[in-house]
Amino acid sequence: MRAARAAGGEGSALPRWVFVPAALGVLLVAVPLAAIVARVDWVRFPALVTSASSVAALRLSLRTAGASTACCIVVGVPLALVLARSALPGLRVLRAVVLLPLVLPPVVGGLALLYAVGRQGLFGPALEAAGIRVAFTTASVVLAQTFVSLPFLVVSLEGALRTAGRRYEAVAASLGAAPSRVLLRVTLPLVLPGLVSGAVLAFARSLGEFGATLTVAGSLQGTTRTLPLEIYLQRETDPDAAVALALVLVVVAAVVVVAVHGRRGAGAR
Amino acid sequence: MRRRAAALPVVAVLLLAGCGAGPSAAGPSAASSASSSAAPLTITVFAAASLRTSFTELGAAFEARHPGTTVAFSFAGSSDLVSQIVAGAPADVFASADEANMAKVLEQELIAGRAVDFATNVLEIATPPGNPARVASFADLARPGLDVVVCAPQVPCGAAAVKAEAATGTTLTPVSEESSVTDVLGKVTSGEADAGLVYATDVRAAGAAVTGVPFPESAGAVNTYPIAALSNSEHAADAAAFRDFVTSADGRAVLAAAGFGEPPA
Repeated sequence: MRAARAAGGEGSALPRWVFVPAALGVLLVAVPLAAIVARVDWVRFPALVTSASSVAALRLSLRTAGASTACCIVVGVPLALVLARSALPGLRVLRAVVLLPLVLPPVVGGLALLYAVGRQGLFGPALEAAGIRVAFTTASVVLAQTFVSLPFLVVSLEGALRTAGRRYEAVAASLGAAPSRVLLRVTLPLVLPGLVSGAVLAFARSLGEFGATLTVAGSLQGTTRTLPLEIYLQRETDPDAAVALALVLVVVAAVVVVAVHGRRGAGAR
Repeated sequence: MRRRAAALPVVAVLLLAGCGAGPSAAGPSAASSASSSAAPLTITVFAAASLRTSFTELGAAFEARHPGTTVAFSFAGSSDLVSQIVAGAPADVFASADEANMAKVLEQELIAGRAVDFATNVLEIATPPGNPARVASFADLARPGLDVVVCAPQVPCGAAAVKAEAATGTTLTPVSEESSVTDVLGKVTSGEADAGLVYATDVRAAGAAVTGVPFPESAGAVNTYPIAALSNSEHAADAAAFRDFVTSADGRAVLAAAGFGEPPA
């Protein structure tokens, strides 16, 4: 990854025509975003984004996306380690399964979760007996977000692990360090930038989650109605409010993406 | 090599144009290519999602009576359809699930002739098959521990639910306020909710997937469905013909079979 980046940095070999489709690609993304900014009703903007429902949605989104990111780290880091470092049979299949939410429409993910942990799902009766209710709870929002965000963290970290290689780990082990010590003192510090950018991507994906949440969690102010769901609902009666909230989401996402890019840039240098 | 490279941006632009065309362009182009032979044409009807079953049937009946005419439908939430129509979508007829959304189209002066009320719909309680929670009345929905799902007040079915609450003096504490009646029905058919407030026609269309519990107070929250031909239509006569067919006795019969009520006199 670093080597490729360095080669790209020299830049002399890049044919000029490449810039034309590249510019079209930029326009494709930038023009609609600029259109949102152009639509914002700046006079009402402060009132729209500070209304009770907007604040509740923003708070819930930040809280659930934070919790989902924590969940992703807890299970995603070990998963990436297994994928990058172990010699288990069937790793390819395992990787394909873990990455599946990347390509699934989120509503399909929502249905899948419903069939797994819903009242009439695979584990519904068992959960019911244990007094655990998943649907319509904030926990179900976190579950949906973790489902769709996990691959982002795993892909990012597995890539970092492969790039880092095993040299330092081998040296540490040869000096008598136990596997856990190698992992905590050598491997993880080495891939920390990759872990951070993976976590930030997972956070951003959680923040934007819509389809799976709508399907499995429903929509109730303060409990399950995250920012994207609030935007979807506001658009029915007050498009100005929807646009104002959309801008908030775009700004938060932009901050997140810039943060990741900054990290990566620092790592490459 | 250089010459071939110069052609690439052109190809890219063409590709992009192709990407951008999408389904909205498919309607008129299909219609124009069809009109080059004989005289067949396609009219595009934008109709509220709750009309899917009955309008699909009405479309087939209309096609049978007007050989050479094809009726294409786009079913969605009424407010989504209004946004599309105002943005210039190629629609010939619009059938709304409430008067408020038709008023928005009228305001933009996009209606040809006038809007005609053609049906009404009332709320009904939908429960999972067999009504396991034994919901018998609207007041039962306020029972503690019962998971009730409704539409958000911002959408027509939610506005009707608020009216029903006022009419019965019952305050609901729903576990979810969905953005569309389809989502409410989904929560009931999947068994996640003990009860949901949907339209009587949704209960009818869902068949054995739900058990309906009508309640008398629903008469206080009736939704009226208007239909209108649109002024931007290139097939004004056919659009008006479809509107008139829906509001005819034959059209009413199909709608009544789906559970819709008579329009207000």
